[in-house]
Amino acid sequence: MVAGAATTTGGGWFARERTVAGPGFNRWMVPPAALCVHLCIGEVYAFSVFNKPLSLLHATTGADGVKVPGADDWSIASLGWIFSIAILFLGLAAAFGGTWVEKVGPRKTMAAAAALFGGGFIVASLGVAWHQLWLVYLGYGVLGGCGLGLGYISPVKTLMSWFPDRPGMATGMAIMGFGGGAFIASPLSVWLMGMGGVAFAFVVLGIVYFIYMMVGATIVRVPPKGWLPEGYVAPKQSKGLITTANVHVDEALKTRQFWLLWGVLFLNVTAGIGVLGQASLMIQEMFPAVTGADGVVTAGVTAAAAAGFVGLLSLFNMGGRFFWASTSDYIGRRNTYMIFFALGIVLYALVPTTGQMGSIVLFVVFYGIILSMYGGGFATIPAYLKDVFGNQYVGAIHGRLLTAWSAAGIVGPSLVNYIRQYQIDSGVAKADAYTVTMYIMAGLLAVGFVLNFMMKPVDERHHMEAEPAPSRA
Amino acid sequence: MANGASNSMNVKLALAWAFVGIPLAWGIITTLINALALFQ
Repeated sequence: MVAGAATTTGGGWFARERTVAGPGFNRWMVPPAALCVHLCIGEVYAFSVFNKPLSLLHATTGADGVKVPGADDWSIASLGWIFSIAILFLGLAAAFGGTWVEKVGPRKTMAAAAALFGGGFIVASLGVAWHQLWLVYLGYGVLGGCGLGLGYISPVKTLMSWFPDRPGMATGMAIMGFGGGAFIASPLSVWLMGMGGVAFAFVVLGIVYFIYMMVGATIVRVPPKGWLPEGYVAPKQSKGLITTANVHVDEALKTRQFWLLWGVLFLNVTAGIGVLGQASLMIQEMFPAVTGADGVVTAGVTAAAAAGFVGLLSLFNMGGRFFWASTSDYIGRRNTYMIFFALGIVLYALVPTTGQMGSIVLFVVFYGIILSMYGGGFATIPAYLKDVFGNQYVGAIHGRLLTAWSAAGIVGPSLVNYIRQYQIDSGVAKADAYTVTMYIMAGLLAVGFVLNFMMKPVDERHHMEAEPAPSRA
Repeated sequence: MANGASNSMNVKLALAWAFVGIPLAWGIITTLINALALFQ
């Protein structure tokens, strides 16, 4: 539990050597450091709260009190690109920055992420103040997106080095924070916009997030070389998918296992992100609100209730990240993904039935479990990579694998939107328009099941030579 | 001496977890309150 002697050999405050833990350091200090970063960058999930206010910056108020967009106001479609650009650059930064992250360590990476993410908000605020959309794209999309990518992967390897006995739980805690960031950001953003408008909210958020993430960079520590938790005996031999060897990041891309896992993550995220984006509309269309003669809703789901449903799903998404990743430490990563895919197939296939039964409770329960496995997929993948490719380059390999997330972020929502619209245009009732979508998602998960089933240990010819993997982040 | 260091680490640990736990708990409670609309 307690680290050994420190080795501080000069270098600036950001240098990896300055982050090596001293005697008496408690490894449970590291998860809060990771959470400082992930709770902030998880804000991206709540960015939609800015869309409507951003589309009405030059609006006028009509006689009926309703705001009418000005002639030069930004359209919702053009504002949607802010989120898409941010997710794209998240993937790119994680993929291309991973090797740098391995080299410089967690503190410098977290600080860079803080500067990019916080600075991105400040640049975006100028775009709002001057009404230049390209500046918002550049600020929040490009700079903020790079901050997201670097911040996301920055603590992953460090956490697994501190918790070699429970790597799933350790990364699950951090990635849970990414899922939980929206809970804080959403009400906070609404409150700040109420105080001083969107530009003001961006400035305050940029400053607050920078400071918060820098606290994480300050308290993060890497274990001394060779450190292991008390009572933990590192496995001497590879067992099943869990290797004691290391695979270089460039070599990992040449293995079949990397691309199988890329497909596993892509399919799990595609299915989840597709229905997550449509959750509010789906529940309202499958259970339309019925209003009595007195104007009181007697059955079905209102818009307010649907918003509550989306919030509930976010809780399942967040909780699933910790629960499934921790569970994977006991039942194995491969088995955990087998459950995601097998159970996912059953639940996706049954969701339309809950609509036909008129059972809102079953619909919510099924959807909740589906979203818990969506989050669980994100949180379990770093430990899966560590098992298969070793600890030495797991941060960089994880970064490259996250391109699957970027791809799924484009494919998933497009697939669900397109199929829904096609169904409605073909004359299918709105309540039934999701049936085909759900069956297609179940089909995607079936492919994922097969890919995961095909996972085998990496061939020894891909292993790095000799030096036993030291536990150093 | 060792006890002092250990106590100091425990205090830092509590502060660090409070720093991330309190905002997260606030966010979760706010979300749960909003989610109640689904069951009303």
